[in-house]
Amino acid sequence: MRPRSRARPDLELTPDAAEVEAALGRAWSEDRTAVLAVVARRLADLGRAEDAVQDAFAAAAATWPTRGVPDRPGAWLTTTAWRAALDRERRDRFPVLRKPEDAVHDFPDARTTTLMALDHETDDLSDSARHDAVLSLILTCCHPALALEAQVALTLRHVVGLRDHAIADRLLVQPGTLTKRLVRARAKIKHTAISFDLPDRTQIEERLHGVRLVVYLTFTEGYVAAAGAKGRPPPVCEEAIWLARQVHELSPDEETTGLLALLLLHHSRASARWDDDHSMLGFDEQDHSLWDTGLIEEAAELLGTTGAAEPGPYQVQAAIALLHSRATRGHQPDWSLLTDLYASLYRMTPSPSVAAGYAVALNRTRRSQQALALLEPLLDDPRLARHTGLRVAHAEALTLSDHKDAAAAWQHASDTATDPARRDAVLRRATRAGQLDNEPMP
Amino acid sequence: MNYVLLIANAPDAWDDTDTRPPDGTDDGVISDWGVYARALQAAGVLVAGHALHGASDATTVRMRRGERLLTDGPFADTEEHLIGYFVIDVPDLDAALGWAAQMPNARTGAIEVRPAVPGSDAATVATTGKSPSPS
Repeated sequence: MRPRSRARPDLELTPDAAEVEAALGRAWSEDRTAVLAVVARRLADLGRAEDAVQDAFAAAAATWPTRGVPDRPGAWLTTTAWRAALDRERRDRFPVLRKPEDAVHDFPDARTTTLMALDHETDDLSDSARHDAVLSLILTCCHPALALEAQVALTLRHVVGLRDHAIADRLLVQPGTLTKRLVRARAKIKHTAISFDLPDRTQIEERLHGVRLVVYLTFTEGYVAAAGAKGRPPPVCEEAIWLARQVHELSPDEETTGLLALLLLHHSRASARWDDDHSMLGFDEQDHSLWDTGLIEEAAELLGTTGAAEPGPYQVQAAIALLHSRATRGHQPDWSLLTDLYASLYRMTPSPSVAAGYAVALNRTRRSQQALALLEPLLDDPRLARHTGLRVAHAEALTLSDHKDAAAAWQHASDTATDPARRDAVLRRATRAGQLDNEPMP
Repeated sequence: MNYVLLIANAPDAWDDTDTRPPDGTDDGVISDWGVYARALQAAGVLVAGHALHGASDATTVRMRRGERLLTDGPFADTEEHLIGYFVIDVPDLDAALGWAAQMPNARTGAIEVRPAVPGSDAATVATTGKSPSPS
């Protein structure tokens, strides 16, 4: 392998080790996904492409300290990864060559020569070619023919670049299970010939629904998995936000903007969610000075760019989160606007959690009868009977209606919480519910 | 690349005479199939295809210890029964899924899309004597 550029002529000495280290780190965070995307597309094989990218980074770590950091590390890595892939292919086809010193250029054949001709000119990719390659990689990992859990795992593995054990950690599954899941998913992509090419614009729009869901699940799964390690935001949240930024950069449509804003808003409160005793804090119990105002402002700015079309669920959720974030301690958020937003969200995504939020908003605008009408049919469903959010909203509605069963309903609600921190939060809420009546109407 | 589209319908949908017009005229499904098959052919992707008689006409064969065992009925006792198949030749999964979605039965039943192992075409195997492995 020869580097794309030689060491600087004035630098006969070994380049600064720290400089090389920094360049490698930068290449890993800025170029890895694009290099993998380009190689995976050419090979139509994620597993082989990932191996080749590993080889390329190993080659960079081995040669950059002596030969210098190339001018365009991304192009250098792409060429090197591509050659490594060809090397591996040749070694697989001719087992005799399975020795590291047997470089591909010593044994050219017609096919590899043609493939090699591709490399130098095409590897210095334009921004738009990089974008297309990364977007198509994301679309392949999030292909709707794959199970959602496989999509999440593939995206974390190949787009974000986490190792199997790190993903297993974040998703709370056994490393063996996770690896099997990835192997199976990659095999399905290969056997069923899921395309690595970018579909046309209409299809991209459709497929982005699935991509957004994967990004959102990556964020929330991370939160659930990290609930044990209280007090600090789990790393997968940062990773999901990075992913949301990537998708937003590739396709800045309004719903993707809404998704990014939503994740930023959730994340802005990450350090305020738990108190020193590790109990989970409700919205109005949190220390607002711990909220990251930079993230809140960024989200507000992002949401400000939307609104041309009818807002989708992520935009509405982000608007709800933003209203909550704007309410400082002692000030109530605009509950009547929140009620409208929840009503529209519930029409689009009638999930139990949205129903719970909607009912709470109804409670706070003195419409607890309407809240009960919404909740009771849901709580009759045995699958939802132990949904803590619904139970809390129900108990609160009963309290506000001065219903005799209110106390029992709070007990019931706290019983459904399996996590002790959550149970304490429910009990504190019960204490406060009695005082809601005395609060001024917003 | 060849994909097999396995067509499944709930058995009652197959037998249910109530859903068919009483006068025995075409309810549109048969003409839909004609349109569909013509579209496959016009696109140059049609390799093969058949409708199958119902699961009650199936006989399942097993050889055990040299003995031939026959069972009256299909091998899989599922809610949905295999009622036909197509083999199509298209470049990738999305194209295959696109054709599956257009099948008249997709609206009421279900279509299972399975990629054929490349090189496993029986005629090719018979000529070359090489059997492929589904790597």
